[in-house]
Amino acid sequence: MTAITDHAPAPAGFRISEWIFTTDHKRIGILYLIGSLAALTVAGVMALGIRIEQGAIGESGLMNYFVLDFGKNLTTATAYNTALYFHGAAMILAFLIPGLTGFAANYLVPLMLGAPDVAFPRINALSLWLFWAGIVVALLTFVVPDKPDIMWTGYPPYSIVTDANTALYVFTVHLIGFSSILGAVNFLVTIIYMRAPGMGWNQMNMFVWTTFAAFMIQIVFVPVLAAAVTLLLFDKYLNTGFFDPSRGGDVLLYQNLFWFYSHPAVYVIFLPAMGLLYEIVATQAKNPIFNYKAAVYGGIVGILVITGEVWVHHLYIAGMPDWLRIGMMVTTLLISVPVGLMVISLWGTLYKGAITYNVAMRYVVVCMFLILVGGLTGIPLAITSMTVHLSETSFVHAHFHFIMGMMATYALFAAVYFWFPKITGRSADSRLAKAAFWCNLAGTQVTFWPLFMIGVRGMPRRYWNYDMYPQFEPYHQVATLGAFITAVGIALMIVGWIVSAMRGPKVGPNPWKSRSLEWTHAESPPGPGNFPKPVTVSQTWTPYDYHV
Amino acid sequence: MRLRHGLAAWLIGALVAGPALAAEERSVIINPTTAWNHAWNEILIDLFVIGGVFGLIGAWFLVKYRTTDENAVGAAEPLNLEKALAWALVPAAIFMADDFLLSAKGWSLWNIQRSVPPNALEIKVLATRWNFEFEYPNGAKDIDLIVPVGQPVVLRMTANDVIHSFGLNEYRLKEDIMPGRITHLWFLPDKPLESKVVCVEFCGHGHSEMNSSVKAVPKADYDAWLASKTKKRTSLLEGRGATPAVALN
Repeated sequence: MTAITDHAPAPAGFRISEWIFTTDHKRIGILYLIGSLAALTVAGVMALGIRIEQGAIGESGLMNYFVLDFGKNLTTATAYNTALYFHGAAMILAFLIPGLTGFAANYLVPLMLGAPDVAFPRINALSLWLFWAGIVVALLTFVVPDKPDIMWTGYPPYSIVTDANTALYVFTVHLIGFSSILGAVNFLVTIIYMRAPGMGWNQMNMFVWTTFAAFMIQIVFVPVLAAAVTLLLFDKYLNTGFFDPSRGGDVLLYQNLFWFYSHPAVYVIFLPAMGLLYEIVATQAKNPIFNYKAAVYGGIVGILVITGEVWVHHLYIAGMPDWLRIGMMVTTLLISVPVGLMVISLWGTLYKGAITYNVAMRYVVVCMFLILVGGLTGIPLAITSMTVHLSETSFVHAHFHFIMGMMATYALFAAVYFWFPKITGRSADSRLAKAAFWCNLAGTQVTFWPLFMIGVRGMPRRYWNYDMYPQFEPYHQVATLGAFITAVGIALMIVGWIVSAMRGPKVGPNPWKSRSLEWTHAESPPGPGNFPKPVTVSQTWTPYDYHV
Repeated sequence: MRLRHGLAAWLIGALVAGPALAAEERSVIINPTTAWNHAWNEILIDLFVIGGVFGLIGAWFLVKYRTTDENAVGAAEPLNLEKALAWALVPAAIFMADDFLLSAKGWSLWNIQRSVPPNALEIKVLATRWNFEFEYPNGAKDIDLIVPVGQPVVLRMTANDVIHSFGLNEYRLKEDIMPGRITHLWFLPDKPLESKVVCVEFCGHGHSEMNSSVKAVPKADYDAWLASKTKKRTSLLEGRGATPAVALN
């Protein structure tokens, strides 16, 4: 512990080596944020390409440029599939998970615990490097001639028989997965052992709880994903036959392994996102968390218990035994119980509050309604017999974009605005930020409601062309328009952050009047070692004691 | 009190209904397509009720408790043990009741979707990148699916390369097709209709173009068409050899 606090004094000026070789959790967090925003940008450009291609029936002729194939060596279909692969893989593995469990967890958890750093700062740096290496390998997609086209799911036999470069996908998953496992070890140990003296489990911030749960999921389930993709590698390049039924393999084994991780991965994203919403809502409503223990032990722990027993809902039409498709329908629907308790707790925190609205709170308000839409549209998708029609349509696509692409993403955006004064000492609540907010909100709604509508009528996913369904074209046109509005919003937002970091108005150490340790006990920005003097808390202290 | 009784009745009903429906023997064939549409409308009501309750309460709180006084603090009282338990257990019971109700509804529809009527016309499907091939009971093959109106149709499906999926949008049905396994789905063409089956599991370059026509035609037209196909087949497909679809027997 002493070694951690023995950081060199804060350096004067900026030296790149101090950032590259940093072991400070705050700098590591910021580097995670930069990496994940880079992934968001590139994967977002892919989304624009996808929307342009779907905007009208027939070839746009532009798709190849989006995957940097200027010589047009690829067909439109392959370029589109490459863009889809990169969009999905990068948004989940390189934007959302690192943004929430990399940036937010790194920056906030030690501060919220009253700890000087994480338990293993050098391993933390290794996690970051592995993440960046994963991003570099993922970006090789745009350099190699045999660009991966296997979707972020990489289902065999297609991923084995394709001419495309499945290895890039596998190595990206390996690197970022290893980064996640190391992060999990680090944060679980940090949360268990490095809470400020006096801080009991029931006094932790909700975000710390959700991070704890997210990393519990990572440490249990990531190795399964790593095994699954490694078997892909063996099948494709060493000619083993794990997934080849003609040689004694099982064609569905991969899907089972993949979703055994990748459904819990939804909660690796959803839980920390909810944690961020709780922090912002409690601060902006100046209220304690409504029914904290129900949200923690019913909600978060409930999700932990159920999360590993629901993956078959991703295989409802995949030819699994009929009875198994019923069992997992019940467990999947039961997810509504812990999620419902968390939602009630979030709503309830507003009750009799004194709510003030900053930019972060605006995003949070939107998130509350996005959870409703995303969560409720998940109900028919949990019911086996309903997915027999809805599966693999743009209804599914719109459903998970409401949770992942909007709710979790906006929770992260809200976090950046909310803790911006902590990170930089300046406020990012500018007119630019408000304009960006409205563009983001309008753009995403304009994009995804039409996709719900045509999804129910059967618009298939992953189609670059749909000339058999000309009646869907106007909906796609509207959706494409929305994508451009969103792109403007994201660009304004990132420009706003850069401008505010340099020239935003300076604000005091606790502009939102929060009661959480990172605001009450640390400077803005916090120096090395985080707190001027060691933090202890009383037995009655909570991060939400606004009434005291 | 009435609410509690209602909940109990719901729970018991849901728990009993599923297995009971599973065991029920149906003499009348229920069309899985109309059953799906019916269930969808009921589920939409469920979603709008839950969404409406949460949405309105949330919106009300957000407006009612807003303030411009940055020094104001909230006035929520801490929950005592009974209230805290009630606020956990009552919502959990309501959500679970709804989950079991939806499970029972979903299960009964599932039984319809998976119980192939004994008089179903059996057609074999072979999916290959990037087309479907249909083999009719008399051995005739075609790239279009032609079925007689009024008779249930069961498709026995396999693939010989990668995973595909048989998406029958107009009939609200779909099931994956993969190498090494035979999957099935059945539907009831109850009126003349020309529609499409599309591949809905990503299968590579031609995925977006992998589709076939599905034509439900009067029985007489179907018989005439099949008879004409049989004659052609002997000349066109002779010496083509056994395909996996044939091996399904």
